[in-house]
Amino acid sequence: MTRRDYSEAIFYLPRDTTAKALGAEAVEKKLIANGIKPIRNGSRGMFWLEPLLEVAVANQRIAFGPLLPEDVAGLLESLRQDIAEAHPLYQGPVDKIEYLANQQRLTFARAGQGDPLCLENYQSLGGFNGLRNAIEMSGQDIVDQIKKSGLRGRGGAAFPTGIKWQTVLDQPEQQKYIVCNADEGDSGTFADRLLMEADPYQLIEGMTIAGRAVGATQGYIYLRSEYPSALEVLNIAIERSNVAGFLGDDICGSGQTFHLEVRLGAGAYICGEETSLLESLEGKRGMVRYKPPLPAIEGLFGMPTAVNNVLTLGAVSTVLDRGPDYYKDFGMGRSRGTLVLQLAGNVKRGGLIEIPFGITLRQLLQDFGQGTHSGRPAKAIQVGGPLGAFLPDSQWDTALDYEAFASIGAMVGHGGVVVFDDTADMAAQARFAMEFCVVESCGKCTPCRIGSVRGMEVIDRIIAKDDREENMILLNDLCDTMEHGSLCAMGGMTPFPVRSAINYFSGEF
Amino acid sequence: MDLIASKQIHVQTLIDHYKHLPGGLLPLLHAVQNCFGYIPASAIADIAVGLNLSKAEVHGVISFYHDFKTKPVGHHMVQICRAEACQSMGSRELEEHVKTSLGIGYGETTPDGFITLEPVYCLGNCASSPSVRIDDDVYARVDKKRFDSLIAGLGGSL
Repeated sequence: MTRRDYSEAIFYLPRDTTAKALGAEAVEKKLIANGIKPIRNGSRGMFWLEPLLEVAVANQRIAFGPLLPEDVAGLLESLRQDIAEAHPLYQGPVDKIEYLANQQRLTFARAGQGDPLCLENYQSLGGFNGLRNAIEMSGQDIVDQIKKSGLRGRGGAAFPTGIKWQTVLDQPEQQKYIVCNADEGDSGTFADRLLMEADPYQLIEGMTIAGRAVGATQGYIYLRSEYPSALEVLNIAIERSNVAGFLGDDICGSGQTFHLEVRLGAGAYICGEETSLLESLEGKRGMVRYKPPLPAIEGLFGMPTAVNNVLTLGAVSTVLDRGPDYYKDFGMGRSRGTLVLQLAGNVKRGGLIEIPFGITLRQLLQDFGQGTHSGRPAKAIQVGGPLGAFLPDSQWDTALDYEAFASIGAMVGHGGVVVFDDTADMAAQARFAMEFCVVESCGKCTPCRIGSVRGMEVIDRIIAKDDREENMILLNDLCDTMEHGSLCAMGGMTPFPVRSAINYFSGEF
Repeated sequence: MDLIASKQIHVQTLIDHYKHLPGGLLPLLHAVQNCFGYIPASAIADIAVGLNLSKAEVHGVISFYHDFKTKPVGHHMVQICRAEACQSMGSRELEEHVKTSLGIGYGETTPDGFITLEPVYCLGNCASSPSVRIDDDVYARVDKKRFDSLIAGLGGSL
C-alpha cells in the first residue's frame, strides 16, 4: 500500500449546531493551534459521530469521530506517520460508513460536502441547475413537473405540493408570496435546521423556482428563533445570492424578479401552523385563522401565498434538475420520493436518515439506531412530534408511509422519531402532551385552550387513582371534543399521544 | 445625555427603521429587545404611536410570544429543553438539578441578576439530548456535572 501524504490534506469540521454543541469549536481551536485551518462544512447528519473531522487526501474523505479536543494532537501525529487507520476514532472513508451508505440522499446529497456558504461548491455539485431549467419554462410547466413528481408537503400534512401551487398560479396576476415554514418546532426534528445550515442555497433555489412557478416576486423564510446558527447562515447565503444574481431583479440574467427575506419567530410552537405563521409574519399575535379562505387564495397580507416546508422546497430543486420521474421512482404507494427521518431521543446512533418511503420503525431502530443509548430495552417510539402517537413494539413493523401510518392512528408528520427506553413513564408523557398544549395553544378555540387544561387535571386525578374509572371516561370524552372541535391540529391532535399512551400502555394509568 | 433619554432616542431610530416594513412589528420588537434585553414600557407607547397601533395591540403581540420580555432579565439566559427527545434522555432529572443548584424556577432570575432560567421546547438538537441553550450557544449531552461546569464557565458570582 502506498503511503499517504497528509501534508497536502484538507480538513473539514462541521459548523452545524449539533457539532458545535458537542465541542466542534474547541476542536477547531486545537487544530488551529497545530497549524491547521479546517474548512467548516455542514454536517452529514451522523450526529453520534460529531464532531466528525474529515481529512481529504488522495480523493478520499477519511472520517474521524467523535473527536474531542484532547484527541487532536494524537490524531495529527498518527496522520503524519500514516498510521491513522489504527486510530481508535478512525471511521474510514466517510461515504462508506454504513449509516450514510445505506441512505438514498437526494435533498441532503450535498450536506456536509463543503462550506455551505460557498457558491462555487454549491454549483459544482449540481446547484442552481433546477433554477436554470425553471427559468426556461412557463409557470404552468413547472407546476406540472411538481405534480408529476408526486411531491407532498414534508411539514406534516402531506398535501400535494403541485396542487397547492396550481391554486396560487390560478389566482389573477397580483402580488403573490412564497413563504417557507422554517418554524420546525416538533421535538425530535432537526432536518430543516440541518438543511438550512448545511445547504442553504438549495432552499433559496427551491423558493426562487416556486416564485417563478406561481408568479410570486417576494419570499419570506419564517425561521424559529431557537435556530441562531441557521439565521446567520441564511442571511449570508441570501446576501451572496443577491450579489451573484440568483436572487434580485434579474435572476440568472432572465429579467425575472424574486426577493427573499428571513423573518424570525419569537418562540411560539403554534406559528408552525401555516395560518398562525402568516399572522405572525404580518406582525400580529400568532392566532390561527379559519379556513377557508385557503392561504393559496388569501394568504399573507390577504394575497395568494404558497406556504411550504423547508424540505418540500428543498426537494423542488431535485425535481427540476433531475426530472419528475427520477424523483417519483423512489417511494411506495402515494408516498413518492424520499422521506427524511430524524432518529432522536434515547438511541445509540441518532441522526438524519434520508431514504425512500417504506422502511419500518424496527429497521430504523435496529439497523440505523443500533438500539437505545441507555442500553435498556426500547419501550415506545413517538413519531411525528409532540402531536404524534406513542407506538409500542407491536406497531414497529408498520412501513413508514403516510397512508400506512394513518391507518394505525399515527402520522409520519415531519419525520421525527423519538425513542424511549423502558424507564419512560407513559402517564407522565400523556400528561406532558396536555401540558404542552396548555403552554402553546394560541387560545382561539375553546377545545384546545380549555380542553388542554382540563385534560392535564383529569390525567393528574387518574395518576392519583382518584376515581380512576370515571376520570378515564371523562378523559376519553374530552379527547373526542378536542379532536373534533378544535380549529387546527394543535388541539385536534394533542389527543393522539394521550390516547396512544392509554391504549398501548394502559397498565401505567 | 442621561441613559434613559439616549435609550428613547434609540427606540425612535428603530421605529423609524421598521415602521414601513410590511409586518414590521416582530422585527422591531426583536430589535428593541436585542438593544435593552427586554421591551421597556415606555417603548411600547412609542411603538404604538410609530406603527399607528393601540398600546393594547402592541402589548397583545408581546404577550403572545415566549421570547418577548417586559422586565429586565439576567445577564445570561439559560434555557433547558423540556421536549420529548430530551425527556427520553433524562431532562426531567436535569431540570430538578438546575432549579435546585441555581435556586430559581422557570421564569425567574437569580437575586444577583446573573442568570434567568427558562424552559424551551426543542432546540433541534434531539439526537444528542439533553440540550441546554446558554445565550446563543447550544450544548448537547448535558448531564448534571456538565451543567455545573457550564455555569462555572460563565464566571459571575454564583
